[in-house]
Amino acid sequence: MLKSFRGGVHPDDSKKYTANKPIEIAPIPDKVFIPVRQHIGAPTSPVVQKGDEVKKGQLIAKSDAFVSANIYASISGKVVDVGDYPHPTFGKCLAIVIENDEKDEWVEGIPTSRNWKELSVKEMLGIIREAGIVGMGGATFPVHVKLAPPPDKKVDVFILNGAECEPYLTADYRSMLENSDKVVAGVQIIMKILNVEKAFVGIEDNKPDAIEAMKKAFEGTKVQVVGLPTKYPQGAEKMLINVLTGREVPSGGLPADVGAVVQNVGTCIAISDAVERGIPLIQRVTTISGGAIKEPKNILVRIGTTFKDAIDFCGGFKEEPVKIISGGPMMGFAQSNLDIPIMKGSSGILGLTKNDTNEGKESSCIRCGRCLKACPMHLNPSMLSILGQKDLYKEAKEEYNLFDCVECGSCVYTCPAKRRIVQYIRYLKSENKAAQAREKAKADKAKEKEEAKNKEEVIK
Amino acid sequence: MAEAQIKKNIFTISSSPHVHCDESVSKIMWSVCLALTPAAIFGVFNFGIHALEVIITGIIAAVVTEYFVEKVRNKPITITDGSAFLTGLLLSMCLPPDIPPYMVAIGSFIAIAIAKHSMGGLGQNIFNPAHIGRAALMVSWPVAMTTWSKLSASGVDAVTTATPLGILKLQGYSKLVETFGGQGALYKAMFLGTRNGSIGETSTILLVLGGLYLIYKKYINWQIPVVMIGTVGILTWAFGGTTGLFTGDPVFHMMAGGLVIGAFFMATDMVTIPMTINGQVIFALGAGALTSLIRLKGGYPEGVCYSILLMNAVTPLIDKFTQPVKFGTRR
Repeated sequence: MLKSFRGGVHPDDSKKYTANKPIEIAPIPDKVFIPVRQHIGAPTSPVVQKGDEVKKGQLIAKSDAFVSANIYASISGKVVDVGDYPHPTFGKCLAIVIENDEKDEWVEGIPTSRNWKELSVKEMLGIIREAGIVGMGGATFPVHVKLAPPPDKKVDVFILNGAECEPYLTADYRSMLENSDKVVAGVQIIMKILNVEKAFVGIEDNKPDAIEAMKKAFEGTKVQVVGLPTKYPQGAEKMLINVLTGREVPSGGLPADVGAVVQNVGTCIAISDAVERGIPLIQRVTTISGGAIKEPKNILVRIGTTFKDAIDFCGGFKEEPVKIISGGPMMGFAQSNLDIPIMKGSSGILGLTKNDTNEGKESSCIRCGRCLKACPMHLNPSMLSILGQKDLYKEAKEEYNLFDCVECGSCVYTCPAKRRIVQYIRYLKSENKAAQAREKAKADKAKEKEEAKNKEEVIK
Repeated sequence: MAEAQIKKNIFTISSSPHVHCDESVSKIMWSVCLALTPAAIFGVFNFGIHALEVIITGIIAAVVTEYFVEKVRNKPITITDGSAFLTGLLLSMCLPPDIPPYMVAIGSFIAIAIAKHSMGGLGQNIFNPAHIGRAALMVSWPVAMTTWSKLSASGVDAVTTATPLGILKLQGYSKLVETFGGQGALYKAMFLGTRNGSIGETSTILLVLGGLYLIYKKYINWQIPVVMIGTVGILTWAFGGTTGLFTGDPVFHMMAGGLVIGAFFMATDMVTIPMTINGQVIFALGAGALTSLIRLKGGYPEGVCYSILLMNAVTPLIDKFTQPVKFGTRR
């Protein structure tokens, strides 16, 4: 048995709703709403206009920035609008609306068939970048950036993140069972790109059949499939690397600093699709679950499908949801409405009832110390929440390691006083950024003045 | 059903995470009260109905004070969360059974109004409110606070009107053993609680059982009582004898006075002790050492109350030096 990381919590995994449900293909909706920002990095700009006919897999928005990801049409049809529409994290965002023409036709040239072994690393990186693949666990960082670490960082191990530590979510689990060949291909492609000999597949031990399936699928390769102790946030990159390799990603650093690269199961499948079949990222497996959903399911769904269409496919609501979550219950985003589209990073849609959330009234901290025990980053969440209430953002940053917080939510989960610690921490982080911006503006102004003065003196 | 809401398309927005554990402050407080109950009931059987009056007065005074102070402070009324109830219960369990009820009420008032709310209320107080209440009564009415009744429990009437620690302090160890009729009888009385002392502090076995329940529920860390009682045991063993080093009676000392109730229920009061386990061990070490020092060298026979209060005072300092080392600072 592997030694676990220090900290973490054990929420009810609630995977029973969907763990035994095979992935179903969701019907193509009448309309899809595809935002131009579905990733961390530069937004893309649309390359289609209202009225254009598009086909499935056609490029509809792109960016020349390195840290960005192209956007493709997920259905065939007519672009009926390019405008501001609801977005899970930005509120509103420019989106391309495509009306289904019921033909579901591929754009010319895909799908194709390629043997990745014949492709060079550069070619494969190009394909992955072109296909607009991002980290599909929810972080949505463009994958081609992560797979090309700076040359001074020597990467020697690749980790496939099959932990899926968020409660309710079973998309990765089902994918590992049902699409193991694509997962294997994806892992091998990544290993070739990174030029590493060592790779782990980390899966929480509450999914024994996934561990079995992966062990079988990776038989005869150098990839080691490892069962991990079930504990949230086991799937956080830093925790996963720590448990599998014993290395600690330095404070403020990246996995590459300790020679590791981590990718999610869904991402590996997307890489296999792109490299082997030329298919860009236009669909994903996502879990629709929660106590309020009538028939929870794992579905293969087109990007841009609204939450409403997806939930309708799952029989709608059987109970009043108090919260609609995009992603998992620990780190996902609460949504105000159902017009939100499913994006590349949408690992789940949850309709949670009051019973599921167990929310309560916040009271003052009783210093029980449970959050200190739960924090996987070994911070002092109690103190950070108090500093947040008092707006002491400088102290939080300088003395209490504010920016080391990964916002995993373990502290809030475990807090008996129901304190919204992560919310305070996010507030403190934004206050620090605002202060930084203010200082920079001040410095710039001073510099300008100085320059103007110098000029005057020169003129004199 | 939810049709109306879904049509309106409005759902609750908040920062993640969206699920919470089912613990709450009141659950913790009431569990501690529950853990104390067996020892309190035993105290009533042991010392008679007046002990019950003391306990009830203490609790009612604490809850009523909490209510009025919160009214005056214009804060939400939190008397149902169990924290004032717990303070009243703990305080009265640490008082002699024959104390006049009005003194108990004043003690509860001081505990809640001064020790707790003048610091800002729940979670903000530096000192353990029950112990502040007890200390205030101790300096206000020293006679009433050190007058011990004869036990009503049958067969133990022979015990004089002093606590075992009091006998030890004034008359020596051999007199203590003689009073109880042998070392075995002394240990038995200390273990079961058939001895003189404060209402709720006498029964070692019931207090330990209550403490084990809290450890099982993960509300307290086992390290605190173990380290505190262990420290007292080692120090009293080493320095408690009259004939040289390591001639003291650690077994007696570990069960005597308010040590068991203090170590399991006061030194584990989360509000007033350090937050990390390392800090808590330092706290327990300090409290154990101070208790031994007061018992062996001080003017009072017992020192648990003051030692915990003194360690409360240095808790912010301990917290400062026992901050967790953040992840990612070693490879």
